[in-house]
Amino acid sequence: MKNTIAERILDFLKDFPPFNLLPKETLYEISKKIEIHYFEKDQIIFDQNDNPHEHFYMVYEGAVRLYRFGEDKKHVVDICDEGDLFGLRPLIMKENYLMGAAANEESILYGIPIQLFSDIILNYPKVSQFLIASFATNTRDPFTDKHKGKLFANIEAIRKVENSFIETQTAKYTQNPITCSPKTTVQFAAKVMTANVINSIVVTLDNIPIGIMTDKDIRTKIGTGLFKITDPVEAIMTSPVITFAENITVAEAQLARLKHKVSHLCITKDGTNKTELVGILAEHDLSLIQGNNPLLLTKQIRTAKDAETLKYIRTKASELTQGYIEQEIPIYFVTKVISEINTVITKRAIHLSIKEIGVEPPVAYTWLALGSQGRKEQLLMTDQDNALVFENISEEKYAETKKYFLELASKVTEKLNIVGFEYCPANIMASNPKWCLSVCEWKSQFKDWIKHPTSDKILNSIIFFDFEFIYGDTHLYDKMAKSVFKYIYKKPVFLGFLSKATLDNPAPLGFFKQFLVEEDGENKDHFDIKSRAIRPLVDAARIFSLHHQISVNNTIARYEKLMEVEPQNSDIFESCANAFKILLQFRTSQGLTNNDSGKFVDINILSKADRLKLKSCFKPIKNVQESLKLRFNISQIP
Amino acid sequence: MFNLFKKKKYPEYWKTYVEKVENCKTYANLDNIRFVALDTETTGFDYDNDRMLCIGAVAIKGNRILVSDSFEVYIKQDVFNKETVKIHGIRRNGTEVKVSEEEAIIQFLAYLDAAVIVAHHTKFDVTMINRALERLNIGPLISKQLDTNYIYKKLSCPNDLKKIASLDELCERYSIKMHDRHTASGDALLTAQLFLKLLAKFKKNHGINLSNLIQTNYNLSR
Repeated sequence: MKNTIAERILDFLKDFPPFNLLPKETLYEISKKIEIHYFEKDQIIFDQNDNPHEHFYMVYEGAVRLYRFGEDKKHVVDICDEGDLFGLRPLIMKENYLMGAAANEESILYGIPIQLFSDIILNYPKVSQFLIASFATNTRDPFTDKHKGKLFANIEAIRKVENSFIETQTAKYTQNPITCSPKTTVQFAAKVMTANVINSIVVTLDNIPIGIMTDKDIRTKIGTGLFKITDPVEAIMTSPVITFAENITVAEAQLARLKHKVSHLCITKDGTNKTELVGILAEHDLSLIQGNNPLLLTKQIRTAKDAETLKYIRTKASELTQGYIEQEIPIYFVTKVISEINTVITKRAIHLSIKEIGVEPPVAYTWLALGSQGRKEQLLMTDQDNALVFENISEEKYAETKKYFLELASKVTEKLNIVGFEYCPANIMASNPKWCLSVCEWKSQFKDWIKHPTSDKILNSIIFFDFEFIYGDTHLYDKMAKSVFKYIYKKPVFLGFLSKATLDNPAPLGFFKQFLVEEDGENKDHFDIKSRAIRPLVDAARIFSLHHQISVNNTIARYEKLMEVEPQNSDIFESCANAFKILLQFRTSQGLTNNDSGKFVDINILSKADRLKLKSCFKPIKNVQESLKLRFNISQIP
Repeated sequence: MFNLFKKKKYPEYWKTYVEKVENCKTYANLDNIRFVALDTETTGFDYDNDRMLCIGAVAIKGNRILVSDSFEVYIKQDVFNKETVKIHGIRRNGTEVKVSEEEAIIQFLAYLDAAVIVAHHTKFDVTMINRALERLNIGPLISKQLDTNYIYKKLSCPNDLKKIASLDELCERYSIKMHDRHTASGDALLTAQLFLKLLAKFKKNHGINLSNLIQTNYNLSR
C-alpha cells in the first residue's frame, strides 16, 4: 500500500542525522512507524526519573528544553530545535530519564520507536558512530556524580566500528594453490614447494583437500627423524584442514587462525571440506591486506634517491589520506599511517643529506620532531617544526661539531621543504642555531623555561615538550625527556602556568549552542577549530601527561594512558579522546576540501549533521578545562 | 421482522462495521478513543455525478498521530465515463495500485472500525463515502463524526463565527506546516495535526469529553 504520510515524514527525516545516513528503504520503514505528538508550550514530555518511553523524539516543529534538577534547582541543560533528537540515551541504556523534557514553545514531535531503531544501530556502523559522536560528551554530567562513567556506547562498540573497515573486507586468498596427492613422497612434495617458493602444499584427493603439509611439518617430523623423506605426505600432513567459503572476511580468517592454531586456511567451493579446493589463505595474505598501501609507500621512500622523489611519494600519501577520510576510516589509524610516512621521509632526507655532505656525523645526535608532528597528529602538509640534539662535546670541538649539524639540518629542512613541508615561520627548525644544541644546552634551557615561566618561555614549552624521536640515538632523547620530568617535578607550579595559558582559550560554545566565532579580521565569523577546539584538548593532555610523567606525545594515546593512571577520571579522558578524534577528522576533511590547513571553519556552510557533531565535542573541552583549573590551582597563578 | 430480513441482505463487512460501532465501549475516555482523521480526493463537488479517487486517513489515539495506523486507497474509475477519463488523464503518472470502489469501501470500513471520524468539512467527505455506500446498497456511516472547522468555530471569538474557515486558513492560523495540500493523505495528516492543536485549546476552555466535542458538530447527524 502506498503511504503518502510516511513519504512526507521520510522527506523530513532524511535531512537530519543520523537518518541521513540510512538508505531510503530503511528510513521508509521507520517513517511508517512514527508517532506524531503535539505539545503545548511548557507541557511536560517526560520528567526526570520517569521510566523510559517506547519512543525517542525528534523535534519536527517548535523547541524542547531539557532540564535537570540538582541541588533543588532546575538547570536548563539544552534547547533542542527542529531536527534535534532527544530522549534516546535512556532508552538505549535502559535507564530512567536523566533529564526532564518540556515544550519550550508549541511543538510537534516525531516519536520514533526504539525497538525499530535498536536494530538499525547494530546494522549501520555509521549510525552508531554518529550516536557515539553525539554522546561522547555525555560521559560526565555537570550536575551529578551519580552517572559518572556511563558512556553511551561502551568501548567495545567503538572499537568494533574502528576496526570494521579492514576486518570486514573479504580476504584475498591465493587461487589455484599447488597440490599433491596423499601418496606423493615427502621428498617430491618438498621439491615442488621449493621450486614454487611456497611454504605449504595442500594434499588433495580428487581435488578435495584432505590435509596440508607445511614447512613446520617437515621441520618437526622429518628434520627430527620421526619420518623419512621417502614416506608419503599423508604420514606427516596436518589433517583435516580448516576450510572456509570464498567470501571469508579478514576478521573471520584471523579468528579462525587463532582458534585452530593453524597458519593456513583452505578455501573451498561451499566452505566445507567436502567440496573442491579453490584457494589457500596464508598468514602473509592477511598481513598484506592490512598494510597494503602505506607499506608500499614506505618501501618506496626508503629507496628514494632525491627530494623530488620524496615529494612525489608524499603526494601519494596525501591521496591516501583523502581516501581514508572519505571512507571514514578511523582517524587514529590514519594519523598513525601518515605519521609513519612522514617519519620515514624525514629519515630518508637525513640519509640523503649526510650522503651529500660526504662525512658521517662526528658524534651521536637525534633528530626531533616537535608540535603536531611530534605528537604524530600531522595529517595535512603543515609547517615543519623540528630540532636537533647532539652528544655533549669538549669546548674546543664544539664550534666545529655545531657547524656540521647546522649544515646537515639546513640540508634536511631544504629537502623537507621541497617535499611540501613549509619552513616554520617562527624558525623553529633544527637549522636554527638556537634549536641545534648539545644535550647539556637543551637541559639547561628546559630548566630555565620551567623555573622562569615568562610568556615566551611557556610558548616554547608548549611546542618543545611534545618532542618526539625521529632518528638517531635514543639515549639522547631519553636524557632530554627525563630532564623535563625532573625539573617539572621540582617546580610543579609550572604546570599551573601552562594550564593558565591554555585556559585563556575558553570552551567554544555559548549557552544557547551558538558557536564562538572570530569577531574580526579576515576570518570574521569563522570558527577557529584549531585554536578553539583542538588545541585546548592537546594542551590539557600535555599538562596531565607532564604531571604524571607520561612520556607519550600523541594526544589520543596520552588520554588513553591517563585513563589508566587516573581511573577515577577515566570518563573525562575518554570523552576527550573521542572528541579529539572527531575534531581531527573534521579538520582534516575540511582541510582537504578547501585545500588548506583546515584551521578555520565557516559555520554557516556546515550541514546540520556536522554542526551537531562539532558541538558534541565541546562539552569534554569544558570539563577537562574545569579539572585543569582545580588540579593546578589556577587561581594562585598571577 | 422487516429489519431482520433487511439485515440478512447486508454484506458481512458492513455488518461487522455496524456491530463494532454499536458495541464500542471506549467513547467514555478521550484518551482511549481512536479517532480517524480522513480526507477524500474526488473528481469534483457534485455528490451525484462525482466520485472518490482516493481516501486517505490516519489514526489518532492518546493525543498522538499514529502513522503506523494509517490508510490510503486509490479507486479505479469507470473508464467509460467521459469526465473520469479526463481525470484519469491527470492522474496518469500515478503509480499507485487502484482498486474498485467496492474493494476500497471494504478496506476502509475494516480500517475505520469503531473510530470517531475527524475531517475538515466532514459533511462533504462523509457524504461522498455515503453515496458510495448507497451504490453498494449499504450505509450510511454510523460512526461518530467531528469537524475541525466546527471545533475551531466553537473556540474562536464571535467575529469569526460567520466565516467558514478552510483547512489552509486554519493551518496558517495554527502554524502547521503545509507540505502537500490536496492529496488525501496529506490533508488527512494536516487535519490530524489541526485536531491535536484544537483539542489542546479545547481542553483549556471546556471540560473535555466526547459529547462536548460532538456538540460542536451541530450541523452533522450524530
